[in-house]
Amino acid sequence: MDFAEIRKKAIAGWKDLVSSKTPVIYLGAATCGRAAGIEAVAEEIRKISKELSLNIRLVEVGCIGPCYLEPLIYIQKNGYPSVCYGKITPRKIKKLLEDYLINNDPRPDLALGTLGDGQINGIPGLFEHPMLKYQTRLVLRNCGIIDPEQIDHYIARYGYLGIKKALGMSPSEVIDEVKTSGIRGRGGAGFPTWKKWEICHNVQSDDKYLICNADEGDPGAFMNRSLLEGDPHAVLEGLLIGAYAIGANHGYIYIRAEYPLAIKRLEHAISQMKSYNLLGNNILGSDFSFDIKIKKGAGAFVCGEETALIASVMGKRGMPMPRPPFPAISGVWGKPTIINNVETLGTLATIIRRGGEWFAGFGSKFSKGTKTFSLVGKVKRTGLIEIPLGTPLKTIIFDIGGGTSGDKKFKAVQTGGPSGGCIPAELISLPVDYESLMSAYSIMGSGGMIVLDEDTCVVDIASYFLSFIQAESCGKCSPCRIGTKVMLDILEKIKSGKGEMADIDKLISLAKTIKKASLCGLGQTAPNSVLSTLRYFRSEYEAHIIDKSCPALVCKDLIKYTISKEKCAGCGICREKCPAGAITGKKKKAHIINESLCVKCGICYQVCPAKYGAVEKKTGFLT
Amino acid sequence: MKNTIKNIIKPYQDEKGSLIPILQAVQEKTGFISEDAVSAIALELKMSEHEIYGVATFYTQFRYTKPGDHMVKVCLGTACHVRGGEQLLDRTETILNIKPGQTTPDSAFSLERVACMGCCALAPVIVVDNKIYPNVTVPKVEKIISKKE
Ligand SMILES: Cc1cc2nc3c(=O)[nH]c(=O)nc-3n(C[C@H](O)[C@H](O)[C@H](O)COP(=O)(O)O)c2cc1C
Ligand code: SF4
Ligand code: SF4
Ligand code: FES
Ligand code: FES
Repeated sequence: MDFAEIRKKAIAGWKDLVSSKTPVIYLGAATCGRAAGIEAVAEEIRKISKELSLNIRLVEVGCIGPCYLEPLIYIQKNGYPSVCYGKITPRKIKKLLEDYLINNDPRPDLALGTLGDGQINGIPGLFEHPMLKYQTRLVLRNCGIIDPEQIDHYIARYGYLGIKKALGMSPSEVIDEVKTSGIRGRGGAGFPTWKKWEICHNVQSDDKYLICNADEGDPGAFMNRSLLEGDPHAVLEGLLIGAYAIGANHGYIYIRAEYPLAIKRLEHAISQMKSYNLLGNNILGSDFSFDIKIKKGAGAFVCGEETALIASVMGKRGMPMPRPPFPAISGVWGKPTIINNVETLGTLATIIRRGGEWFAGFGSKFSKGTKTFSLVGKVKRTGLIEIPLGTPLKTIIFDIGGGTSGDKKFKAVQTGGPSGGCIPAELISLPVDYESLMSAYSIMGSGGMIVLDEDTCVVDIASYFLSFIQAESCGKCSPCRIGTKVMLDILEKIKSGKGEMADIDKLISLAKTIKKASLCGLGQTAPNSVLSTLRYFRSEYEAHIIDKSCPALVCKDLIKYTISKEKCAGCGICREKCPAGAITGKKKKAHIINESLCVKCGICYQVCPAKYGAVEKKTGFLT
Repeated sequence: MKNTIKNIIKPYQDEKGSLIPILQAVQEKTGFISEDAVSAIALELKMSEHEIYGVATFYTQFRYTKPGDHMVKVCLGTACHVRGGEQLLDRTETILNIKPGQTTPDSAFSLERVACMGCCALAPVIVVDNKIYPNVTVPKVEKIISKKE
């Protein structure tokens, strides 16, 4: 079969699905959906369909983004758009199926929105939902829509037309198109993609490597996982295009072992590509040949760094190397090697297919296109989003995210992972693009966005990141290996109430040295979390040092739990649950906590019924 | 052990730099990297044992003692951290009476801390035997673990 025939068959199959006479239920079955219990829901649907003799087609899809509403399902009835429902449980599903599939009531009260052509009375379009309304979905266009295990679904929706078009262009023309698009690396550093490619393209070599960096080590970020789980072919097509442009004949996907579902999806997708001659020799009948292998990471954050990743691919300890030589000239086995992030690659097919100029129409002056973010932390609507670069933080956190969870005061947003910083509430109007985030002493990074509210302690956050970095430092350079440890010790000291004002200066001077004298990006950015929190939240550090208090009530050594005599109803729940036996009291009488036994686990605070709210946290009692 | 290792190595024979996937396959099959396994790999790949340990110990994935029947992982990624992951770890340590990296004396449980399972939107999470439990609270930890006992 040639590609035109493959495509015709795929489109027919897709039409058959979306206009299916039999009802179709799409299940959000990415990792989050599974964690939230979609498999139990699917099981229940199978059972009910037998009981009620309903004929139902079940299709697993990836994630459309509003993870906080998981498990998500979409029910599609012949002639209607599909209707999306959130927080579905096995218990709820039966009634819903009866109501909609048998009695024709789509339950607008439960529906989140419709997806696809057409309307249903009383149900808005899903893209009117506040979480989706402000988004522009280019990379994520198929996520949550198609079955990621069906290459035909991808092909029916313009898949592999990008590489088809690229193969009709010269490699230099492809690089030019990417240049026009203005896309910069989505993996963190924001280096123009075309520039790296051109260097590699211009090197003569029989073997060249293109590696997809799917290490996604930034804790709190899952954009790459979601894309690989929801639309693996988009990334694989990007690899083909990149390989053709630079002249690579070998490809690797370096993916962290913590993502078993994404690995499974990739393996499956790669075998499907082979059967369609989209991989291997003479791809789509051209002179271009390329193969892709999957390499699983083994748990080392520093292996996201290019030279460390290359060492790891070659089976060595993942230690960074000084440059030059740059990987584009000498990388894996000494051959020219380009490393691109999952999202960068995932965008390429659309860029080539629709043109660089079209893509450059999105975004801001120096930051073109869209970017995905994982919106998490203390925010109401958590999930995966994609927005045009230049969108203000305010839109992201308040319009898309719905503000902080529990309506606590918004304090800051952390971007850029361990290499980034905390942007305070005052800067909420800041547009999110490479330059603006830098000007606010943070970075875009790979797209983790962690919302912090007044209950988050910035000293704790800084020490959290530093302890992460300290544990992940490969140990090659002493400023990174030892310097981060010394900084961490100082932060621990401050957190325990033993800090002195001179410690702040020490932190700053250590930070400067570590940034200057470290070899790789990990060390060079290690102190950023401390520097940015010191810049914007110095008074909070001072509260820990001078008043021995943690205003956010987080640092264990500076807080204690007490029970309010007035509020305690003596229900005894906390007494039962306290693992330390620290709570005493008679039924219906105010209880008390024995401070010397309390291990500050916080259980009593969590289990005390909200209507009493009798357990209190206190700080500032040490001075 | 020698034969097990031979079989594991076979598919990687022609590929240079395959030590890490080989170690991963060994751990998958036998649960951990034993001294015997390292000797056998060394023999097959014609490398020194030191070299193998050098690579293996760089990566946190590899274990050198037999893990318990159930693996409990508490996520301490950023999203889980700000939503109380630390308290979950404290609680799990108390319930199992072990620290991360350890196994209970009856070999029932091993405990590990991990930095992000990619399920951050449902933070905090803990993972027991590869099943992810979302939105965990401190009181829930006990229920999740006691189900396994
Ligand atoms: C310590 C460290 C960790 C990194 N981790 C990742 C990662 O997990 N994923 C990623 O794509 N890039 C990561 N990077 C950036 C990569 O080294 C590299 O710049 C990127 O993959 C290039 O792709 P891009 O140009 O498409 O962004 C990391 C860099 C450093 C210094
Ligand atoms: S800066 Fe740190 S992580 Fe990077 S090479 Fe040096 S010691 Fe290793
Ligand atoms: S914080 Fe924990 S140990 Fe302390 S009194 Fe409350 S439940 Fe008991
Ligand atoms: S809903 Fe699953 S990744 Fe978001
Ligand atoms: S931070 Fe815990 S799953 Fe990502």
